[in-house]
Amino acid sequence: MNHDYQKDMAGCGLTGLISRKRRRVSGSHIAKSLCLMTDRGNGLGAGYAAYGIYPEFKDFYAFHIMYDEPSVRRTVEEVLKASYHVEKIEEIPTSPVRAIPISPLLVRYFVEPLKEKLVGDVEESDFVVSTVMRVNSEIEGAYIFSSGKNMGAFKGVGNPSDIAEFFRMEEYEGYLWTAHTRFPTNTPGWWGGAHPFTLLDWSIVHNGEISSYGINKRYLEMYGYKLTLLTDTEVAAYLLDLLIRRHGLSIPVACAALASPFWKNIDRMDDGERDALTALRLTYGSALLNGPFSLLFGHSNGLVGINDRIKLRPLVAAVKDDVTYMASEESAIRAICPSPEKVWAPRAGDPVIVGLED
Amino acid sequence: MFRSLAPPEYLATIDRVKCIRCKRCIQNCGWGVYSWGGDKILIDTFKCVKCLRCYHYCPEEAIEIKDNPTRFKQNAYWGYHNIRNIKRQAETGGIPLTGMGSDLPYTILFDNLLIDACQVTNPSIDPLREPMELRTYLGKKPSSVKIEKGKDGKLKLAEPAPPQIKLEVPIIFSPMSYGSISLNAQKVLATAAKECGIVMNTGEGGLHEDLIPYRKNIIVQVASGRFGVNPEYLNAGVAVEIKIGQGAKPGIGGHLPGEKIPLEVAKTRMIPVGTDALSPAPQHDIYSIEDLRQLIYAIKEATDYKPVSVKIAAVHNVAAIASGIVRAGADIVYLDGFRGGTGAAPSIIRDHLGIPIEHALAAVDDRLRQEGIRNEASIIAAGGIRSSADAAKAIALGADAVAIGTAALITMGCTTCGKCYTGNCSWGITTQRPELTARLDPEVYAERLINLIHAWTHELKEILGALGINSIESLRGNRERLRGVGLDSFTLDILGVKPAGR
Ligand code: SF4
Ligand code: SF4
Repeated sequence: MNHDYQKDMAGCGLTGLISRKRRRVSGSHIAKSLCLMTDRGNGLGAGYAAYGIYPEFKDFYAFHIMYDEPSVRRTVEEVLKASYHVEKIEEIPTSPVRAIPISPLLVRYFVEPLKEKLVGDVEESDFVVSTVMRVNSEIEGAYIFSSGKNMGAFKGVGNPSDIAEFFRMEEYEGYLWTAHTRFPTNTPGWWGGAHPFTLLDWSIVHNGEISSYGINKRYLEMYGYKLTLLTDTEVAAYLLDLLIRRHGLSIPVACAALASPFWKNIDRMDDGERDALTALRLTYGSALLNGPFSLLFGHSNGLVGINDRIKLRPLVAAVKDDVTYMASEESAIRAICPSPEKVWAPRAGDPVIVGLED
Repeated sequence: MFRSLAPPEYLATIDRVKCIRCKRCIQNCGWGVYSWGGDKILIDTFKCVKCLRCYHYCPEEAIEIKDNPTRFKQNAYWGYHNIRNIKRQAETGGIPLTGMGSDLPYTILFDNLLIDACQVTNPSIDPLREPMELRTYLGKKPSSVKIEKGKDGKLKLAEPAPPQIKLEVPIIFSPMSYGSISLNAQKVLATAAKECGIVMNTGEGGLHEDLIPYRKNIIVQVASGRFGVNPEYLNAGVAVEIKIGQGAKPGIGGHLPGEKIPLEVAKTRMIPVGTDALSPAPQHDIYSIEDLRQLIYAIKEATDYKPVSVKIAAVHNVAAIASGIVRAGADIVYLDGFRGGTGAAPSIIRDHLGIPIEHALAAVDDRLRQEGIRNEASIIAAGGIRSSADAAKAIALGADAVAIGTAALITMGCTTCGKCYTGNCSWGITTQRPELTARLDPEVYAERLINLIHAWTHELKEILGALGINSIESLRGNRERLRGVGLDSFTLDILGVKPAGR
């Protein structure tokens, strides 16, 4: 049985930006935005996700793995080599930071599933997901915290500026960034517990507590997801994977499942739309994210920001030229974009969906 | 010579000073406790069942119904009911019957479960200010939907969705047949179901024509006696239920004696007046899960694919049985726990067979999830739902909705005296005696039942608000928001619930 776990709780700040023209910007930019929100974190976790950072390996899955014990590295590498062609292995470059005296061993792998391992009609992406699930739930002390193509997550226990300095974020250039600082109410002291959470090229940063966690988790387990991190955010990441990648829902429809319109609004729609939204709520009732949250999710083609159905957590968006910004606070946006063309607070449950221009 | 070695359970007493000899108690008592002695009311207290009808109708408050202080000697092993049953059996050689759900002191898991609430890290929600959604749909859900954008830019379904029963609150009325209860009692249920946007269930007694106006709020039942079943009946409601078993009497059939089959009941059941209505223990065309599948699909064919519910008693292997039922094509699995009520059952069966709804529900919900088919059918939990808190706990354990029977009857005056099988119910509920049923005015009593559903609706909204969620689907199966107190680790494991403090 898998119910006797301790759930992790946290308050947080988040920020993100996307250049619709795929213009790549340095990580120092997003770090500046995140570091402004000092009240939203307590130094117990921060992280960044960036897209477009590995152009020279863009066709390979970039696995970022943390090892609590260097000894498990060999076990994991054996698992990987058995099923993947490994193009490159390197330690993730870090700088010494006084506030971060200890850190797990951090290694990245650029890999591609071996063709002969994809038996039957197994999708490559499902194969990668199953590897991630397997390593994370079965190999003690090893944790794949990033598994997409041409993107990566960088996160750990520390405050936003220390984590940025540690991972040398200024050296990466991406067209889409999300970042997160946290205020855990219990102290996990575990690097894997920081945001962003990623699976394939989904990355999620999240502020809030998902009060429906228990049923969201059991729903995902029915589809083979193994929830190893005991945080709300993991649930959101897997739900997006299930609804969008596996069930083929469009992003707006998936958002309408995760933060569904109220029945009173659905009842007012005309027949076709009402039937569609009713069927959506019936089918995905257990996927409804209920409770206070704002979250950003990035994927290789865009950035989405969404609030819970009654907006119990802040989310502000702004636009300037080809860049859209979203953050917990307007000041975090103005820290890096002093004079946006437009600033607005998205309505409860109404997603802000930004895609790339090409 | 003694009349019975089983002493009367209750002492009906009249304060002779207060009594004005109006004889209302004589009129009101369905069990004939009172009679007129020329100058005073005579009392035959052996017949009293403590239904309290006389008490409420005495204008002078002259009546008192006491528990008989003369009891068998206290014995921690030989309980009162053990000795009493033996004495009754020694006198009659029969099987003592009973009504209502078991009243023995087995552990009540609902009372060992507590619900979570929000503090600081997540805000609670005020149901008076924010929308709070209880709407529930019963029926098969697809595992995914295909939605496309129409030419007008609006979303529309690419494939039609399976039929559903829409409920404004996740509470329905459990099946109670015309015959076991009076037509007026059924009318109370139907009126309240319509008003509250929920459903009642005909039970195995056919559908009286007076209920036809309520068909959008009725589930019709098909059970082993097949009373009143024809194609018109199958199509009369929003869904059809196949009754395999009942929590109060798993594995046994039913017997409505001929005295309780007057013309109207006979017509509705489509049997001759005054013949015993026998519901065999098994359905004689269902001896296996394949047979059930055939019946489910026969009914679907006959009804143009209305949802089909299958009602079973909670027994030891309920999880595997429920899984088979879902795979056989049922859209709804109705689980009736051993505390569930009955109009008549042998007390030995009622008190000793089956398992509680809490265990059964948790096991079934888990099993269907393990097998990846939880979406294929809705689960209704029944058998002892006493309050909105029980309902909330059942939903958190995994039920889509709960069914209430006894609670609904209590709004009609029932005091759970447990003597429904006699057909003398003084409240006009479980009787067909016209002078008794006439007292149950459907309009007056429907109002009371509607009040109950409204009260529970408000309470459920308060519970959701405290949990910081604004829709019932976020409570359904959300066992993380329950904690057990004083439960052993096995039980916690079966329920999938953490102990309080964790
Ligand atoms: S009306 Fe009920 S309580 Fe009163 S004497 Fe008859 S059985 Fe007893
Ligand atoms: S329905 Fe009537 S006979 Fe049955 S328990 Fe209630 S009051 Fe007693």
